[in-house]
Amino acid sequence: MKAYETVIGLEVHVELATKSKIFCGCTTQFGGDPNTHCCPVCTGMPGTLPVLNKKVVEFAMAAGLAMNCKITQHCKFDRKNYFYPDLPKAYQISQLYLPICRDGGIEIETEAGKKTIRIHEIHMEEDAGKLIHDPWEDCTLVDYNRCGVPLIEIVSEPDMRSAEEVIAYLDKLRLILQYLGVSDCKMQEGSLRADINLSVRELGAREFGTRTEMKNMNSFKAIARAIEGERKRQIELLEEGKKVIQETRRWDDNKDTSFAMRSKEDAQDYRYFPEPDLPPIEISDEWLEEIRKRQPELRDEKMLRYEKEFDIPAYDAAIITGSKHLADLFEETVALCQKPKEVSNWLMVETMRLLKEQEMEPEEITFTPGQLAALIKMVDGNKINRTVAKEVFEKIFKENVDPEEYVEKNGLGMVSDDGLLRSTIEKIIADSPQSVADYKSGKTKAMGFIVGQTMKEMKGKADPGKVNQLVKEMLDSL
Amino acid sequence: MIDITRLSALELGRKIKAKEITVAEAVQAQLEIIKQRDPDYNCYITVLEEDALAQAEQVQTRIDAGELNDSPLAGVPLAVKDNICTKGVKTTCASQILYNFEPTYDATVIEKLKEAGLIIIGKTNCDEFAMGSTTETSFFGVTKNPWNTDCVPGGSSGGSAAAVAAEEAFLALGSDTGGSIRQPAGYCGVVGIKPTYGTVSRYGLIAYASSLDQIGTFGRSVSDCAAALELISGHDIKDSTSAPQESYRYTDALVDDVMGMRIGIPKDYLGAGIEEEVKESILKAAQVLKSKGAIVEEFELHSVEFAVPSYYVIACAEASSNLSRFDGVKYGYRTSEFEGLQDVYKKSRSEGFGNEVKRRMMIGAFVLSSGYYDAFYNKALKVRALINQGFQKAFEKFDIILGPIAPETAPRLGESLSDPLKMYLSDIYTVSVNLAGLPGISLPCGVDKKGLPIGLQLIGRHFGEKDIIRAAYSFEQAGSYERPTTLTKAQGKEA
Repeated sequence: MKAYETVIGLEVHVELATKSKIFCGCTTQFGGDPNTHCCPVCTGMPGTLPVLNKKVVEFAMAAGLAMNCKITQHCKFDRKNYFYPDLPKAYQISQLYLPICRDGGIEIETEAGKKTIRIHEIHMEEDAGKLIHDPWEDCTLVDYNRCGVPLIEIVSEPDMRSAEEVIAYLDKLRLILQYLGVSDCKMQEGSLRADINLSVRELGAREFGTRTEMKNMNSFKAIARAIEGERKRQIELLEEGKKVIQETRRWDDNKDTSFAMRSKEDAQDYRYFPEPDLPPIEISDEWLEEIRKRQPELRDEKMLRYEKEFDIPAYDAAIITGSKHLADLFEETVALCQKPKEVSNWLMVETMRLLKEQEMEPEEITFTPGQLAALIKMVDGNKINRTVAKEVFEKIFKENVDPEEYVEKNGLGMVSDDGLLRSTIEKIIADSPQSVADYKSGKTKAMGFIVGQTMKEMKGKADPGKVNQLVKEMLDSL
Repeated sequence: MIDITRLSALELGRKIKAKEITVAEAVQAQLEIIKQRDPDYNCYITVLEEDALAQAEQVQTRIDAGELNDSPLAGVPLAVKDNICTKGVKTTCASQILYNFEPTYDATVIEKLKEAGLIIIGKTNCDEFAMGSTTETSFFGVTKNPWNTDCVPGGSSGGSAAAVAAEEAFLALGSDTGGSIRQPAGYCGVVGIKPTYGTVSRYGLIAYASSLDQIGTFGRSVSDCAAALELISGHDIKDSTSAPQESYRYTDALVDDVMGMRIGIPKDYLGAGIEEEVKESILKAAQVLKSKGAIVEEFELHSVEFAVPSYYVIACAEASSNLSRFDGVKYGYRTSEFEGLQDVYKKSRSEGFGNEVKRRMMIGAFVLSSGYYDAFYNKALKVRALINQGFQKAFEKFDIILGPIAPETAPRLGESLSDPLKMYLSDIYTVSVNLAGLPGISLPCGVDKKGLPIGLQLIGRHFGEKDIIRAAYSFEQAGSYERPTTLTKAQGKEA
């Protein structure tokens, strides 16, 4: 078999996190009863007209700037015409001729090292509705709630060569978009969708092979499997002396295989032309500068800053910044308690353990910076010891309890009452003549037994430092 | 008793305010005339009897409460072209595909008119989806020219123009994409104005060609027409192509004075193809304005011959996209028997649309299809820019441009449909105004030997409505031309 190279380019659709739709005032909230998040405009009723949501332009600009694109300061919308019941106007308002962002790129890192994936363009468009087949009535119903939700489509150059690179690229996109706050990028809810253009060619060949486009992958894992499957399928065809047909294929993750949807010959002519209902968008230098200034700190900068400013190990900084939610939690907790190392430890050890145990993503964490900061302060102030703290943290994580209230209610606070401690130690000393004798004969290790017994008696609620100090003091004074 | 429907809209408004006439009386008188005459002319697709009387009652209450003191047209019945959305009232675009369509909302212009206390008396006939120059392509039958029922009223807003001419309405709304207000106004001997693109909100106007469509008004006088336009104009946040202006007080321009006004007549508009009688009438009108102190000059307006082809390319392209939503799935006509989705689409659209609409959608789909886009659509856009430049240059020298509306007076029924190319070419004097987005007014300036009205067109610079209204008003005040005085059929019946 010859050696082959896989060439992959991606078209990623991202739903923007604006409150209202791109061309009307309807909410973009996910879910809702069918056809309750719509109006005459987004259902394309005759006579209605689109009014552009300015926030969409700002989000697209922010994404473009973060991906090092050139911003098209005079850009326009175009109509993409096709018939389908989920598209009530029979055209999608999109951008073909003058997309808002062009010629960018982002750096990805895989085990092989760093690499830049070029971005061909980013354009703005509206989402379509959803068809629901009713098997009981044997009819198809349409839900227009998603219709008009703003999207950006990020089109890469064919710069990726493996599933690993694709995943790294998508992960990078996700992080950039989440840090910008322009999308929540939830694949399960369809707010990030990737179409994969893939071809193979003999290693060293100059020309690209014939590509296929694959749709309908709803997880990173599915994407990796789909790439592997399609790569193999194409190589097998070539090895058998057959040709790859340019077509769109649909990935079926349950069957772990893809099916041809339509070939290039069936490809529709979308008859694009400039949208006459919307004037061109003029982006002034001032507006662009304002967006540039408003750009938040992105992941790479943040990671470096954590290492420098908080003296957090690179590995930990990478894990924490690997989720915007985790990074926000980290920074807000540090701001409350001024203990970056402590905060990082709680996130890296206990939080990670519980996430794994509960099979959760960091985005699903519900405890607040205030709760974690309060816990850290209690440990720091010797109000509770570490063992108790772990127990309390689990309660915070799982049940969002208020740590102070919880410790108080369950009597988990450390005993700072010297009298009680002294009388307990006196009792232990009286019950352990052998250890006392050993200590007195110079076997200082024997003290450990007394301390251990005391802690046990105190049910862990005593401050170990304090116990040590008192035991020594009392043994020495015997 | 006075003959209410013979009054001008402004006179009626004054008499209602003066309590000489009640709103209900005005509405009843209007409904009565419609009942008498509409069987002959077929101006209306829908007449709102009960609804209009209910509106009358509400408006009367508001007038009596003094709420409408600033609204000179409160209580006046008005007709609306059936491509403008009226909540809960059938809006068909004169097409089978929307034969039963009831919008869930009012167009912005309807909201404004209701607010001002006008009474929507009915929805008028037009060419199907406003595509045509004769009102013969309507699914609901042809409208006839009140001055001669063997002739067309023009189009596409033929129902509105004929209704105003036949006194079946005091005022009417129309839409003008390539002359659809001005040309029928000319054929029916009434006044029609198409404002600058962006002056009146298009929200609720069922689009034919979005970059060209504009709603405007019909009246029996320049004053009525301007007063109605004043009501419906204004910036609308629901229409991104609407452009805010400092003043919409067009009635301020009702001044009989054209002293020093610079008027240009494009030589290209009086060349080959124009009927001699029309030409003479137009030149006479220019003389009238000149005698009132205007400076009149002929000049060459370039690119005139390219206006019609580029108009049809652009209008059809936009139409092919705008009309794709009528597919039998969501509302309107759906074929009775079908197998699967494609079949619903194909049959509903094949059965629901008429031939002229199909022809334009096919032309539009063709000029936008891959491989032809640059040769047709893109080229048409370039021509459009050139036409606009030609006008800009002319307006450096002139305040308004004067010319004919159409090369001939109203053709006979059936004549145009047999030769669509001839029909398209008759739009030569009107379409370039839409391509450039300029305001244009059409007003009667004479009668030909057949007794049919001849229309005069005045074109203004962008947002120069007041210039053309002032000139039109001055010409109207001169009253120095022959008017058709009686309606054909109505004359027979009323005599």
